[in-house]
Amino acid sequence: MSDQSNTTASLSRRNALQGGLALAAASALPAIAQGTGPIRIGSTLALTGPLAQTGILHKIVGEIFLGQLNQAGGLLGRKVEWVLLDDQSKPEVTRTLYERLLTVDKVDLLIGPYATGSILSAMGVAQRYNKILVHHTFGIPSLAKYDMHFPAWPIGAFPEKTVTNRVVDMLGGKVKTVAVVTSKFPSVHFLALGARPVFKERGIDEVLFLEFEFGAKDFGPIAARVKDANPDLLFMGSIGLEGNQLLEALEKLNWTPKNHFYTYPTPGPLALSPLGKDALSFTAYEDLPPLNAAPGAGEFGKLFTEAAKANNIAYPYVETQTGASYSAWQVLTHAVKETKSLDDKKMSDYLKKNGAPTIIGKVRFDGPNNYGDDLMRIKQVQDQRWVLVYPDEFKTPGAKLIIK
Amino acid sequence: MISATLLGQSLLSGIFSGCFYAMLGLGMTLSWRYLKVINLAHFAFVLIAAYLTYQLVGKSGFHPLLVALLLIPLFFAFGVGQQALIDYYKVNEFASVTVTFGFAIISEAALQWFWSADYLKLESHYLRGSTQIGTLFLPLGEVMMALIAIAMCGGVWAALRYTWLGKALRAGLDNPQIAASFGVPNRQLSYLVAGTSGASAAVGGIFVALLFTLAPSQIFAWLGVVFAAALLGGLGSPLGVLAAGLLLGISEALTMAVIAPAWAPVVPFTLLMVILLIWPERV
Repeated sequence: MSDQSNTTASLSRRNALQGGLALAAASALPAIAQGTGPIRIGSTLALTGPLAQTGILHKIVGEIFLGQLNQAGGLLGRKVEWVLLDDQSKPEVTRTLYERLLTVDKVDLLIGPYATGSILSAMGVAQRYNKILVHHTFGIPSLAKYDMHFPAWPIGAFPEKTVTNRVVDMLGGKVKTVAVVTSKFPSVHFLALGARPVFKERGIDEVLFLEFEFGAKDFGPIAARVKDANPDLLFMGSIGLEGNQLLEALEKLNWTPKNHFYTYPTPGPLALSPLGKDALSFTAYEDLPPLNAAPGAGEFGKLFTEAAKANNIAYPYVETQTGASYSAWQVLTHAVKETKSLDDKKMSDYLKKNGAPTIIGKVRFDGPNNYGDDLMRIKQVQDQRWVLVYPDEFKTPGAKLIIK
Repeated sequence: MISATLLGQSLLSGIFSGCFYAMLGLGMTLSWRYLKVINLAHFAFVLIAAYLTYQLVGKSGFHPLLVALLLIPLFFAFGVGQQALIDYYKVNEFASVTVTFGFAIISEAALQWFWSADYLKLESHYLRGSTQIGTLFLPLGEVMMALIAIAMCGGVWAALRYTWLGKALRAGLDNPQIAASFGVPNRQLSYLVAGTSGASAAVGGIFVALLFTLAPSQIFAWLGVVFAAALLGGLGSPLGVLAAGLLLGISEALTMAVIAPAWAPVVPFTLLMVILLIWPERV
């Protein structure tokens, strides 16, 4: 049982004391049936530690979304509050803090943390308390077994196959050899390992496979091996800054990859670095036409750019992380609005049956492990900005896919 | 079959890493040996200096040499100030770990407050590019860093070995009371060591800014390997930390080139354990 009943009970006492106020509140009866006071949504984010660079983006998005939501009247006639805690980029801290959110802070709803490891921790807690968990960027769908988790990150149930196949389709037979270099960070390692058989099946010869530990600092010897292998495509299972670190090491050897793909790069440093020219990655969303034609997307893009600049974010544009983050909030609040309820089971049933409209597109949850369609597209750095280059129907006007 | 170029390039990379570990480890090993302070704040000093370099070179357009002239005395003063506080509060060797760790954590939060958690890269033309010798490339930034690291370690070693100050410091370490009776100013010498340690952090920070992308969470990025270098080199030994740094850097690089990059992080601690097992009096 959620704390909803406690809130309702305290409302009754307050009403008894305040007498006539109940009459004035009568017009808001449907809302009162759910409780009064703000609806509290709890989550953690990596606000410090090695994932903080992306965590801060999710924080900005949450603040923008809730600002818009409350300006429009909140949810069920109530204001919405975000109880946000810092998980220090540590899944074990995340687990403890989600327990705290439910048992001490007594939040009404949960939303996911960043990144995969922490989301998995939060999922375990949500499962123990039968709470719905909408999350933004979980990278290993096969691990998400909980019945009431809802991924706003539309990578489909088997991204290790679908994403790589899309990359190979995009390459159009121009690439004959690949070097797969991957961090052992779980979500990117999973994608890189899954990519290897796809390359093989599609006739691309793997000339190098390397794994390195997340947090590695010295990329000199890795760069020397990549240069030595001289692949047509550098496919890097990377998160955060790892792509930049390898490119910087390669530059010192006077070598530039012909074609280069990165799984989860922090968007700013790769786009803004001269070394990131023509870098490829996959994306659910960029603040560019035709994607930003979705309802509310334009306004969100404008607000995000303003907030990001105020927070000294080097790349102040909505992209895949922030797009997925906004979508997660949309999914959660859509479920509340449509069910007119904070009941986790009702919301879960609704989302499984109907999915939710988001700026990314219609997100479905009726496939394996609640995953729906793979909506990922491919983007490329051109003129220090990520632009969409594949598939053709999502191509940014004026952008042209560059494959050498 | 591994090519000679790959092996040579990886060896160079290891030498540069080793010199960098020595540059960061020099201040640590001095304060551990001569001040009995296990100074985790040293890494915070390095990163603060790196962010100040980013600001002054990248944003305000100062030449890195000018920034060095400003930061080295400034961080010398920080080192002295830190030691004065440690003396005042009578912080012992083991408590110094906690106290300086706390300072480092506060510093991380402060860096994030001022510069955000976002990655920052000092895009400057200083020390960019590489020079080619045969089939090998020598990046100018790393070459300069390595030369300065060697000069720093060699200079401090010579100062300890051949100057009156160095002899006084060693005498004070052996027996402070007797040294004091011979006119050795133990306290002032401890401030000199702390200041030197702080100044070396400033130099390390300048090169962190020039060679790496910055993020506040990087404070302890090199902690493990620098610790290993300080212990392996013998506490208080500038040439020891240089030799140990080179051993670790080259071992890591060759492991990455010949075996697999994923095994590289195992190397420093395996070496540390093996050497301590066969040569326990090293520490």
